[in-house]
Amino acid sequence: MGKVQRYFNKTEDISPSSKTSPSKDTIVYNIKPKLKPWGRRQSDKVINKKKKVVKLPNPNPKFKGKVPIPKKRLKKYARGEGINKTGIKTKIHQKKFEKKEKVIKFAAQQAARAEVLLIEEEGFLEADAGETTTQFTQKQIRENVDITAASKCFDLRLEDFGPYRMKYTRNGRHMLLGGKRGHVAAFDWVTKKLHCEINMMESVHDVCWLHLETMFAAAQKEWVYMYDNQGIELHCIKKLHRVTRMEFLPYHFLLAACSDMGYLSWLDISIGQMVSQFNSRLGRLTMLTQNPWNAVLCVGHVKGVVSMWSPNSKDPLAKMLCHKAPLTALHVDPRGQYLATAASNRELKIWDVRKLEGPVQEYKLITAANNLNFSQKNMLALGMGNVVEVYRDCCTTATKRPYLRHRFTTSIGNLNFCPYEDVLGVATAKSVTSLLVPGSGEPNFDALEANPFQTKSQRKEAEVKSLLEKIQPELITLEPNVIAEVDIPTLKDKIDAKQKLLHVKPPKINYTPRNKAKGKGGSAKIAKNKKIVQEQAKKEFVKSTKDFIPKLNIQKEQQKESGVLDRFLPKKRKT
Amino acid sequence: MKVKVISRNPDDYLRETKHDIHKVPRNYDPGLHPFEAAREYTRALNAVKLEKVFAKPFVGNLDGHRDGVSCISNHPKRLSVLISGAYDGEVRVWDLPQKLCLRNFVAHEGVVRGVIYNPSGNHFLTLGDDKTIKTWKTAAPQFGEEEEPVNTVISKTVLTGISHHVKDPVFATCGEICQVWEETRNEPVRTFEWGVDSLHDIAFNPVEPNLLASCASDRSIILYDTRDSGPLRKVVLKLRTNKICWNPMEAFIFTAANEDYNLYTFDTRNLKKPANVHMDHIGAVTYVDYAPTGREFVSGSYDKTIRIFETSKGHSREVYHTKRMQRITCVQWSLDNKYILNGSDEMNIRIWKARASEKLGPLKPREKAALNYSEALKEKYAAHPKIRRIARHRHVPKHVYNAQKELRTIRDKGKRKDANRRAHSKPGEVPHQPEREKHVLKEDH
Repeated sequence: MGKVQRYFNKTEDISPSSKTSPSKDTIVYNIKPKLKPWGRRQSDKVINKKKKVVKLPNPNPKFKGKVPIPKKRLKKYARGEGINKTGIKTKIHQKKFEKKEKVIKFAAQQAARAEVLLIEEEGFLEADAGETTTQFTQKQIRENVDITAASKCFDLRLEDFGPYRMKYTRNGRHMLLGGKRGHVAAFDWVTKKLHCEINMMESVHDVCWLHLETMFAAAQKEWVYMYDNQGIELHCIKKLHRVTRMEFLPYHFLLAACSDMGYLSWLDISIGQMVSQFNSRLGRLTMLTQNPWNAVLCVGHVKGVVSMWSPNSKDPLAKMLCHKAPLTALHVDPRGQYLATAASNRELKIWDVRKLEGPVQEYKLITAANNLNFSQKNMLALGMGNVVEVYRDCCTTATKRPYLRHRFTTSIGNLNFCPYEDVLGVATAKSVTSLLVPGSGEPNFDALEANPFQTKSQRKEAEVKSLLEKIQPELITLEPNVIAEVDIPTLKDKIDAKQKLLHVKPPKINYTPRNKAKGKGGSAKIAKNKKIVQEQAKKEFVKSTKDFIPKLNIQKEQQKESGVLDRFLPKKRKT
Repeated sequence: MKVKVISRNPDDYLRETKHDIHKVPRNYDPGLHPFEAAREYTRALNAVKLEKVFAKPFVGNLDGHRDGVSCISNHPKRLSVLISGAYDGEVRVWDLPQKLCLRNFVAHEGVVRGVIYNPSGNHFLTLGDDKTIKTWKTAAPQFGEEEEPVNTVISKTVLTGISHHVKDPVFATCGEICQVWEETRNEPVRTFEWGVDSLHDIAFNPVEPNLLASCASDRSIILYDTRDSGPLRKVVLKLRTNKICWNPMEAFIFTAANEDYNLYTFDTRNLKKPANVHMDHIGAVTYVDYAPTGREFVSGSYDKTIRIFETSKGHSREVYHTKRMQRITCVQWSLDNKYILNGSDEMNIRIWKARASEKLGPLKPREKAALNYSEALKEKYAAHPKIRRIARHRHVPKHVYNAQKELRTIRDKGKRKDANRRAHSKPGEVPHQPEREKHVLKEDH
């Protein structure tokens, strides 16, 4: 809108000297009126301020509208098919659901379009013609990569304190290592800043980060101890006795542990209560992993069976017979789709853990694999004695050759892919190494889930928010989204209960009679009263079941049409 | 060979100065966000619990009347002015934000039966037990001047209620008969009669301004047309109706507050049965007023509680009560849809929030977004038993709780009797009668 030119705002031709000189009688006042501030002027009080949407001319009129989204990408963000509209009876409700479905669809489309905003790209390692990726050594990869990435590949020589186990935090920034002879250290492996390094003076079987890099737990000789990241002991949990392996369930704030004696325990570290602790009755438990998609613990057994546990039931949720030989390692991929199991008869099988079916793939290895780990991009790392092999697409296709290979001097204790980085951490008997595996990590992280660049204030806020959203352990089931679905089985249960009423007998009431005063009571009266009470209970019961029995679908005898010649029909005999 | 390893530049992920906000890169891939349903359910549970924590509906009270408050009225154009009439003939004009009384004067020699503003808001009318209708100016009298009505009209019959036309300078009064007056005339322009009974309350339709509804003491609701037709239809209920209010958004819907503890929402196109029956009070419902959105209404009853209902639902969504609040005589919903004002027997006018856990005052955009999200969560998970239980829970005074239990046993007994009759008689002999058809006795033309 062009500004209206006011006669007192004109810069030209106003000065009185330029115009005809006034006569002596007229007095000339040079008044410059003050401009009112914005909001007080008449021109600013326009109520309907329509935003002028300037539509850019379409550069290519052959393509109309918005860019179409590829179906595969849309499928990734879609949350299943909608509701079957034929089941809805009234039109008003049908229209309400249609509206809701539109909004959900729009949300999925917007999420798919937002993929263009992701900054980073996946890593890759491509071999030239005539070469294979397997032949490349870490040294070669390090030489061909930029300096910051090269610094991510390092080797810590720790020869004195026994075979090591290591873990990364959820955002992949901090590393925790624990040696069998008691050496525990926590440090930021990217900046190489040491948080703490202590020796427990007793054997350490496993280490585990808790919800933040400020706390970790160590399973020592007798019990589990919790430490601050400065090495100060915070708790000694005597209820967790002789723990072999520990896993932390981040969304439920549960520390899960399996013990030497076969006990499984879940400890809520936010309130300090033991949620559930029981004996699995399947012997000594040494192989433990969690399914990150539904927070169920997968335990491997000597009989080749994998059992799945939740804190809500004393029996396993599922048991799968995976191998004919004792299991040596198992791991579930971060999306909860595949379970990789390795046995002592040199087999490696990949199972579909959502349908509990399989095996999707079967492989034969040179030696038995002792360690398995999936990366965020579904690469599988195998630790077989001294050698670590990384396979690329082993779940969907049958790969013949490993992607990368590395040999160590001593046997491997533990393997972990670093989340959001192209790095594989390996803890062996005498060292802790960090290997470069291009393409294994998710390049774009979501800062509201896990942020490797978290500052102290962000960490504090994230801790509070995640505590508010802590999921109750009752919701841990094989199917994680069952809370959002309609509760159909309870209706079924109601119908079953009604059916059962036909077979239920009236309740028999036995009671001890009150001590009445002398003259009242007596054995005859007691017996009479008892009979009266029991008959009353029976009558009430019969009355209450009367309502339900006709509702059940007991087939009534069909009434035949009566005709004149009915008397000649053969009569039905009562059997 | 070609190699690329993820290496992030920290400058892209860290803020430049401490005065900037933190950088939060997002990735909406569902694989990175597990347990969606469970986390959302937990958030919904937190939202509904926080709603209960912040539910503090009482805002303030206006103290000053020396006898029970009989009627209150909102100014049609200003949100901060309220006018109230008391049982001793006193009329007070209040300033709501400061909770002060601006003017007070004795308007009538008996009870003030009705107070109403004219549509432009510069005059208001009061109706008294001394059979007069007085018009006063909204502007306070100058210093030295006394309070005097601009106009006094003496009517021949007793007057009990008043209602003003939405735009025209026309108002209607009810008492023994229904009379339509014009502001400039001292005699009624029209009178309507149907039957010989007296009328308690009258209401002009705000959308369709020719329609009038009134409740008569023969337990009926009568609809009139101020054009030539006159009285149109009559619906007879089981007990007397105390108040009628038209829906300000829908021309054909009105709600009647009845003595039999229920409120009935009628559609004028089909007066045979009410469109909805609202049951929750445990005493006679004395007053009803609609929200300006037309989706909710508030009712005050003899059982010392105020209930807020939604027009489509049969049970109340909110109940307000205080130990100090006795029988409620009048309720009004403020015209900005935020507050509920009520006058009661014990000389106080109370101000409540229409939504008990709403935060008053300006909200920052992040606050608003968080509250919107909480509302959406509560709506999505409203059917879950734990969440429904928390959302539904209201503390209610002991006499109300016991009366509710008693009424429930009475209703259950009725249902059980019907079910037994149905079970022991020929199929079809005892048909199911829907609740809505049970309350209307007859309809007259």
